[in-house]
Amino acid sequence: IMSIFAEVPQAPPVAVFKLTADFREDTHAQKVNLGVGAYRTDDCLPWVLPVVKKVEQMIVEDNSLNHEYLPILGLPELRSAASKVALGDDSPAIKDGRVGAVQALGGTGALRIGAEFLRRWYNGTNNTATPVYVSAPTWENHNAVFSDAGFKDIRPYHYWDGEKKGLDVTGIMDDLENAPEHSIFVLHACAHNPTGTDPTPDEWKMISEVMKRRKLFVFFDSAYQGFASGSLDKDAWAIRYFVSEGFELLCAQSFSKNFGLYNERVGNLTVVAQDKDNLARVLSQMEKIVRTTWSNPPSQGARIVAITLNNPDLFIEWKGNVKTMADRVLLMRDQLKAKLIALGTPGTWDHITQQIGMFSFTGLNPKQVQYMIKEKHVYLMASGRINMCGLTSKNIDYVAESIHETVSKVQ
Amino acid sequence: MRQTCNSDGGVGSTENVQARGITLLSIFVDTPTAEPNPETKLLADFKTDTHLRKVYLAGREYLNKEGQTSVSPLIGKIMQQICTDPTLCPEYPSSFGLPEFTRRATELVLGRDCHAIVENRVLGVQTVGCTGAVRLGAELLKHWYNVSGVWCGPVYLSSPCDDSLAGIFEAAGIQDVRRYRYWDTEQRGVGVQKMMEDLEMAPEQSVIVLSASAHCPTGSDLSQKHWRLLTQLMVRCRFFPFFLLPAQGLCHGDFQQDAWPVRLCASLGMELLCAQSFSHSFGLYGERVGHLLCVLKQSSTLLAVQSQAEKQVRALWSRPSVRGARVVATVLSNPAHHVEWQEGVKSMVERGILVRERLREKLRLLGCPGSWDHLIQQGGLYCCTGLNVQQVEFLEKRRHIYLHPNGCLNPQFCLAAPPGSLQRRHTPKLAVWLCLSTHRIIRVSCLRSPLPSL
Repeated sequence: IMSIFAEVPQAPPVAVFKLTADFREDTHAQKVNLGVGAYRTDDCLPWVLPVVKKVEQMIVEDNSLNHEYLPILGLPELRSAASKVALGDDSPAIKDGRVGAVQALGGTGALRIGAEFLRRWYNGTNNTATPVYVSAPTWENHNAVFSDAGFKDIRPYHYWDGEKKGLDVTGIMDDLENAPEHSIFVLHACAHNPTGTDPTPDEWKMISEVMKRRKLFVFFDSAYQGFASGSLDKDAWAIRYFVSEGFELLCAQSFSKNFGLYNERVGNLTVVAQDKDNLARVLSQMEKIVRTTWSNPPSQGARIVAITLNNPDLFIEWKGNVKTMADRVLLMRDQLKAKLIALGTPGTWDHITQQIGMFSFTGLNPKQVQYMIKEKHVYLMASGRINMCGLTSKNIDYVAESIHETVSKVQ
Repeated sequence: MRQTCNSDGGVGSTENVQARGITLLSIFVDTPTAEPNPETKLLADFKTDTHLRKVYLAGREYLNKEGQTSVSPLIGKIMQQICTDPTLCPEYPSSFGLPEFTRRATELVLGRDCHAIVENRVLGVQTVGCTGAVRLGAELLKHWYNVSGVWCGPVYLSSPCDDSLAGIFEAAGIQDVRRYRYWDTEQRGVGVQKMMEDLEMAPEQSVIVLSASAHCPTGSDLSQKHWRLLTQLMVRCRFFPFFLLPAQGLCHGDFQQDAWPVRLCASLGMELLCAQSFSHSFGLYGERVGHLLCVLKQSSTLLAVQSQAEKQVRALWSRPSVRGARVVATVLSNPAHHVEWQEGVKSMVERGILVRERLREKLRLLGCPGSWDHLIQQGGLYCCTGLNVQQVEFLEKRRHIYLHPNGCLNPQFCLAAPPGSLQRRHTPKLAVWLCLSTHRIIRVSCLRSPLPSL
């Protein structure tokens, strides 16, 4: 008898995983991995934040902590502290008691719970036809999360202007004006992945005005708070602005990057509702969704983040650690741009320092990307996206020279 | 200025609008309050109960001598080691989890020399607890059980079963969830004949969810003889077995025996899924250490199924959290640790048996009507008393003793608690209370209806 799985097709590999796999197999002495989205030190190593090490030790020595199930919605101290980090200590919405949260498995988990909730209860009941707009380009997993949550109509909204190497503001505004009412828009709170290009405050204001008028739903994806500019408050400006404009919204937060806790999966879905009553009903439905997904979230990472955020000294220490990471990225941006200009590399390179966060959309085309990988053993995404954290003082010259050679030789 | 918005709801929202004059409706206005999940509700009722001697017996965890959940000194030591290990780096794990963990978890269930492992036709995925494993398994079935289209069932669950199971399959898009009779109130055990009758009627290619051992919530399992009959039926009707193994080792104190039904099916060349949890056997509830095992018929299908599993995981939680899995992998990979851990599990089982025996003895001494042998025939975390809905309600409302509505309880919660531990869910002399109450209920219910036959 045949296997019931005999005709299952092979799914295409996840591009960024494949890139890393290819990189690992490459034996070239000067190979550089600018693909994966994780922080690296100047020695090209992952970094355990000093504050995290400290708190982990505290946890292991604390005999009063047990290993029982966390509540379904997660560790209460994490949920409230995480929402505060996003919305601000003095957030009126928090004071009004209309902000709640669900602890989730990283940013992905937070997006998934939010998407599952919206599919069931937003814009009708089980309305899988509600359009979901994601930026063009966006983190490729956005599509999968909303699609698997049941949404049938996932569309791109204009975002990146390849010609001017910046935001396609007209395109964004057009799409917002023409989207069906009640459409869901996934907005990157800061440090857009993969372009590193964010709207300015004035542009955010324009976006907000249209979204309010056209009754569009705001779903923020906030994976880089603190990591982008080095300031938590600055990186949360857009979220806080929308809340102050009276929007009810969801915000999927990830603490993978800004805590370096990639493997403990700490995320938080912040819910801002009009009032306590609506909030309570929403959370009750989200709890039901969590129960059938992972039942209770994992405790280790949540504890680390909660203890850090809720302790004034540790919080300050953490902000310092985050700034260290952000500063290194800013330094690499400055240096890469300077070196490209010094080499006389064709084209303009201002976008390297104008873009923000972990990623830069270099503007290299697919042919050039292939050249970089095959001939220079510098690995980057087909979109031309590089992870600035992959650059170090030791490899930046080689990378700059590689880009120079590529752009000169390959059109 | 508040966002003005209408929900596309019905008449109710229009009335609201008119009443307020301006449209100030929340977009969530039509979201109803979810029914509380039964376990949460039971615990909430217990917490608001002000009775001094209230007792909660429906807990999900294994308790130590002091009536607390705990990890063994071995686990504590390993966690300390992991914390200070400089070679461990905070990288994203693969979507499948830690390879060492999935390898050991697979070997624990199937046995290292299982043909399926040797022939490279086994997929192991680390998941977020047993729930995550069931969800992932359900998603795989939904997408791939019927290649020509989405598969929607039927899936058969035992009656009773864990509260959340049906919801997990439904959340994965499998709406056709049915039950097969399992617990027989009169026999105070598994009603094998009725179970087989129900399964004979199931359409070919149905997915049957089976408890490999320590059935939740009854604690009653099939005998090996009955497993053989069942597997014959499954092969004949081309059923797909989806095993639940949340507490391997904690039923008989023997890891092989607890996984025997899974090994039987694998040895017969069947394809199967198996959802495992390491919460109970390691005391690591909060870490959510789960595993989904998939045994395939042909190794040629492994890569494809693996790639589809990764795709599902990517959109659910992307990758699992590593700490708990790391602890488990460390123990299972080290022969000395492995032995020490197994001994620890055995003593947990011995304690569990003692508690059951004490409870049965107490009931016998009090002259409680009926036979209570089923208490010691059952194994694992749970125990089905056989009390009916009215009796359970009586216990709750009149005696402030909280059981699952189906009469199941966690016998370890019957232990006396150390003084001063008001936070804990059990009180001194509970065993006596329980027995007395049971005794009285059966007497009382006697007056209204005849006793069940013994």
